[in-house]
Amino acid sequence: MIISIASGKGGTGKTTIAVNLALALDEPAHLLDCDVEEPNAHLFLRPEITTSLPFEVEVPAIDQAKCTLCGKCQEICQFNAIAVLPEKVLTFPELCHSCGGCSLVCPAEAVFADKRLVGQVETGYRGKIAFTHGRLRVGEIMAPPLIRRVKGEISPQDLNIIDAAPGTSCPVVTTLWGSDAVILVTEPTPFGLNDLELAVGVTRELNIPCGLVINRTDMGDRRVHEYAARENLPILLEIPFDREAAEVYARGSLLVEELQRWRHLMEELLTKLSQDLLPQRKIKDV
Amino acid sequence: MSNIHELVVLSGKGGTGKTSLVGALAALAPDKVLCDADVDAADLHLLLHPEVRVRHDFYGGHKAKIDSDRCVQCGECFNWCRFGAISESLVINPFLCEGCGVCWYLCSAKAIDFPESHCGEWFISDTRFGPLVHARLGIAEENSGKLVTLVRREARRLAEEQSRDWILTDGPPGIGCPVIASLGDASAVLIITEPSIAGRHDLERVAALAQHFGLPVFVLVNKADLHWRTAQEISQFCGEKGYGFLGFLPFDADFTRAQVEGKTIMEYNNQKLQVILQQVWGRLLSEIAIQKTNKDASRPAQNQE
Repeated sequence: MIISIASGKGGTGKTTIAVNLALALDEPAHLLDCDVEEPNAHLFLRPEITTSLPFEVEVPAIDQAKCTLCGKCQEICQFNAIAVLPEKVLTFPELCHSCGGCSLVCPAEAVFADKRLVGQVETGYRGKIAFTHGRLRVGEIMAPPLIRRVKGEISPQDLNIIDAAPGTSCPVVTTLWGSDAVILVTEPTPFGLNDLELAVGVTRELNIPCGLVINRTDMGDRRVHEYAARENLPILLEIPFDREAAEVYARGSLLVEELQRWRHLMEELLTKLSQDLLPQRKIKDV
Repeated sequence: MSNIHELVVLSGKGGTGKTSLVGALAALAPDKVLCDADVDAADLHLLLHPEVRVRHDFYGGHKAKIDSDRCVQCGECFNWCRFGAISESLVINPFLCEGCGVCWYLCSAKAIDFPESHCGEWFISDTRFGPLVHARLGIAEENSGKLVTLVRREARRLAEEQSRDWILTDGPPGIGCPVIASLGDASAVLIITEPSIAGRHDLERVAALAQHFGLPVFVLVNKADLHWRTAQEISQFCGEKGYGFLGFLPFDADFTRAQVEGKTIMEYNNQKLQVILQQVWGRLLSEIAIQKTNKDASRPAQNQE
């Protein structure tokens, strides 16, 4: 089973929910941080990292001796990653999406596979929690291939909790694809609501059931609650603003370990998750 | 080179206050064009209430589609597709299609169409603080990087046309494709962060990215009193790295209250925050002036070498 934590708006508490939920489970779980641009879950979970592997994508290189300058590779490439000049062929690996079209179309077998470093994939554990995350290299744009690689560590028979990036475009769609349920963490503000509506749109396009966690539920207005009622979205948990919790978070400590009330909150979330979002799949005895 | 100064507000981590800050700067900066480059979760319009003047469609890339009437079921496309977008029953999943066109280009039965996809809209609007260029990316659409480039190009065109000195750009979170698209040709990056282990970690990565592009970096710590020690450490870190440190903002629920009323914090009754933000803007202007002087001064020196 795969449960993803997403939000639309950033800074609503995705990572906090993902990490503390994983820790509150009775059973072993796999926590995956798919926010490869700014991964944060490891800062709180502090797992023991056991493997750290470079993640490379395939990009084309040209054997200029074999190349007949026919121009087919440039023609098929939708990403302007190949330019055929009168004398030679230039490649722009950072624009390449690794579709392999240039090599398929080359009549002279002059395109061969080179590698380009996109980031790092690290795995580890803390207690009974397995952990995987990806770190995009600074200056790199290809987040989705790295996200797909991180998700490659998922064993479907286990309970997998995925921390997604903020937003609603390619990295988030790539992350949520294949999830059984999505928890959308939001806040009851105009920005929170606007971005929540976009995130709900994504989960509906992907046909994945979703429920809400409303963080800082006492700061703002009631429009997120009204929206949830109108759209029949289950509210799984409401968390009031808690300065002590904000401080525990700020120094990187774990809320379920430091504050008893957070253990109760996560238990409440698990119960509601089982009842409202995954009634046919048991994740907690209720 | 034009004299237009584009300040891009970034954060790395989401939710640190980018849009609230851009709202405040919109009220403080003279003669500017505003630009919302966080196209996949655009929020600036909720403070600025733009009156849309011009609306355009945004087409960003293509998606492949198999026409079952023409398809001869050879299954080659299934083997070619590296994105797992084509099922064994030879149907293309639009969410997985990368838009690479390999199947369309190579299909021997010419059974695959490859139309341009409508990915969103972009707008030029009027606001009480000046023109705003903004966009809306379609649900679950791609190519946010291209759309970021587009809205920024239009903001610059508008600034040139109307002889405005400043472009204030509300940037996306993260460090990936849309953020990189928000940096080309920018003048400086203002990073607003928060004093948490995550805020600091993400600040380091996004600041390294801005440096990678050779841009001056300025830093402001929001919600500083939630963890003073980390806030101080961030200020020290900026000193070591040579980032211009602009100060601290306290955690203040009035930011949320102003947002609920659809106002920038400069239009809300909170003098304390307004004074701090005025100082931040003043400090930014003098830092930029100093950098400009240093740059001008270093130019003849370089020529002598």
